[in-house]
Amino acid sequence: MSVTEQALPATGAMTEVIRVRVPPRSWRSELRAMKIVWRRELIRFRNDRIRIVTALVQPLLFLFVLGSGLQQLSSASTDGVDLKTFIYPGILCIAVMFTAMFSAASIVWDREFGFMREMLVAPIRRSSIVIGKCLGGATVASFQGVILLCLAWAVHVPYSVTLVLGILAIQLLLAFSITAFGVMVAVRIKQMTAFMGVMQMVVMPMFFISGALFPVANLPGWLAFLNRIDPLTYAVDPMRRLVFSHLDLSAAARRTLDPGVTWWGWHVPALLEAAVVLALGLAMLGIAIWEFNASE
Amino acid sequence: MTESTLAIEVNDLRKSFDEVEAVRGVSFEVAAGEVFGFLGPNGAGKTTTINMLCTLAKPTAGSARVAGHDVVRERDDVRRHIGLVFQDPTLDGYLTAEQNLRLHAELYGVDPALVPGRMRQVLEMVGLSERREATVMTFSGGMRRRLEIARGFLHSPRVLFLDEPTIGLDPQTRSSIWRYIALLQEREEITIFMTTHYMDEAEFCDRIAIMDQGQIVALDTPEALKAQVGADRVRIQTEDDDAAIAALAGRFDLEATISEGAVTFFVSSGEEFVPRLFAELGVAIRSVSVSRPTLDDVFMSHTGTTIRDAEESGNKHANRVMMQMMTGGRR
Repeated sequence: MSVTEQALPATGAMTEVIRVRVPPRSWRSELRAMKIVWRRELIRFRNDRIRIVTALVQPLLFLFVLGSGLQQLSSASTDGVDLKTFIYPGILCIAVMFTAMFSAASIVWDREFGFMREMLVAPIRRSSIVIGKCLGGATVASFQGVILLCLAWAVHVPYSVTLVLGILAIQLLLAFSITAFGVMVAVRIKQMTAFMGVMQMVVMPMFFISGALFPVANLPGWLAFLNRIDPLTYAVDPMRRLVFSHLDLSAAARRTLDPGVTWWGWHVPALLEAAVVLALGLAMLGIAIWEFNASE
Repeated sequence: MTESTLAIEVNDLRKSFDEVEAVRGVSFEVAAGEVFGFLGPNGAGKTTTINMLCTLAKPTAGSARVAGHDVVRERDDVRRHIGLVFQDPTLDGYLTAEQNLRLHAELYGVDPALVPGRMRQVLEMVGLSERREATVMTFSGGMRRRLEIARGFLHSPRVLFLDEPTIGLDPQTRSSIWRYIALLQEREEITIFMTTHYMDEAEFCDRIAIMDQGQIVALDTPEALKAQVGADRVRIQTEDDDAAIAALAGRFDLEATISEGAVTFFVSSGEEFVPRLFAELGVAIRSVSVSRPTLDDVFMSHTGTTIRDAEESGNKHANRVMMQMMTGGRR
C-alpha cells in the first residue's frame, strides 16, 4: 500500500475535535515528566535484548574465567575459600556499573538523533529530565544486577532475605551514582565515540583499583592511596562485608579476605561508605543539572 | 489588530553568534489562525528566528511575544502554547508511534483522561492509525514527518511551528503533507508558522515574509508580492552576455543580471518588448523566454539573486552562521 495515497478523513464526518490544554508548570507536572523519562529508559531496555546479554559478558568472564583460572594459584592463601566467592561481590558491583554507564550514554544518543530537543522544548525543568534519566539508569542497571544475583548459588553463597535486599540496595545506590556520573560527562560530550572513550578511560581503572579483585589490606602505599580515593571502593567494600557476613568462614579467612576499608587505621563503617557513594552521586547529579541548565 | 488576535508579535529581534549577526533586526506580526511563511535560502536566519520564537535560543536584542507571552520572560507559558516540528527528526525510533505520542502528552502534562481519545484523533488525522503500534524505526520519511506533525499538535497548541516540514521528501509526499496541514488549520483553528525554501510551497501561505541575510526584505500575501514585481521576467541567452547586459542598461535603461546561466531582467509587458529587443539590442540572441512573476522573481527583485543562486554562492555570511549553529546553539 502506498503510504502517500491514504484517503484523507472527511472533515464533516468526523467527531468533535477533542481539545486538551497544557496546565501551568507545577511539581506534579515535573513528577510526571520525570516518570515518563524514567519509563522510557525501561521500555528501551526491555526492547534491547542484545544489550542485556552483552552487558553480562564482561562480568561473567571475570567471575568464571578469571575466578576459576586463578583459583589454582590462590587456593594456598584463601584459606579454602573459592576465589569466585571472593570476587563475587566485586562482580555484583561492576555489572551494575557497566549498565549504568551505558544508560548515561543514551543522553549522547538522544542528542545525536535529535530526541533531546523534544524534551528540551517541553514546558518542564531540565532538572526533571536529568533526574528521570538517572533514576531510569539506576533501575535498569539494578535489573542487570538481579540477573547476577541469581548466580549466587554457583559461587557458594547461600540466599537469604537480608542478603538479597541488602545487595539490591547497594546496587541501586551504586547504579544511581554511576549514572549521575555518566550523565555529568555526557552533558559535556557531544559525540558517542568520545563518550565511550572517556568511559573506558575512567571505568576500567576504577574497577581495577576498587578492590573488586583483591583484598584492600596490606597494599603498597600508592595503591592503597588510589584505592581509598576510588569511589567504587566504597560500594565494593560494603557489598563484600554483606556477602561475607552470610558465609561460614574461619576467622583467618575472614581477616585475609574481608579486611574492610580503613582510613588511617580506622575501620570505616559500612553505612558511612554507603553515605560516601550517595553523597558523590548527589553531587554529580547537581553538577549534571547545573551543566545542563547552562547549555543552550 | 488588537493584542488578543495576534498569535505572534516580533519587534526588532536580533541574534548574534560571537561576531556573526545571524538575525539582524526582524519585526512582524502574525494574526491568530493565519498560515505564515518564512521564505529564504539556507542560512538566511529562518531557523535561528524560529528557535528564538520557540524559546530555544535567547535573542541578543529585541523582543517577541508568542501566544500573548514574552519569549524570554515567560518561557514556560510560551512553551505550553506552542507545538514544534523541527527540520531534523526528533522521534524516538525505538518506541512505537503511540509510545512517542504518549511520552509527549506526559511531558506536556495533558490530562490523562483525555490522552487516549486525543491520540486516536491525531493519528487518524495524519493517517497513521493502523501503524500506531509499529516502532518508528520501521517508518518511511514521510510517515515520520506526519507523526511529528501529529505530535506537534497533540497538546492543542495555539501556534504550530514547522521548520521546513517537507524538506527531503518526494513531491508526492510533500503534497500529502500540505493536505494534512490545510486540514489541521481548518479543524484545529491553529496558527501556523512555517519556514521553507521551496517557492511553490510558499504559495500555500496566507502571508509570507522573505528573508535574506538575516533581514526581512518583503512581507505580504503571495499575490500582492507577485503583483508588486509588476513586471514579467525575461531570460535571454546570447553570444556575449556582458555586452548584452551593457546594451540593456545603455539602450533600454534595464538592470539585468546573470542568474542560472542566463541574462535575466524584468520589464512590463514582456511579450511586447521582445520584438524591440531583437531589433535594437545589437547582440546575437540564441533564445528568449518570458514568464509571469513567481515568488522566485519576488525574491530576485528584492535580493538581486535567485534563491538557488543564493544557496549555491557559498555565501560566507550564511556559512559562518551555519557553522556557529552547528557547533554551538543549534542543538
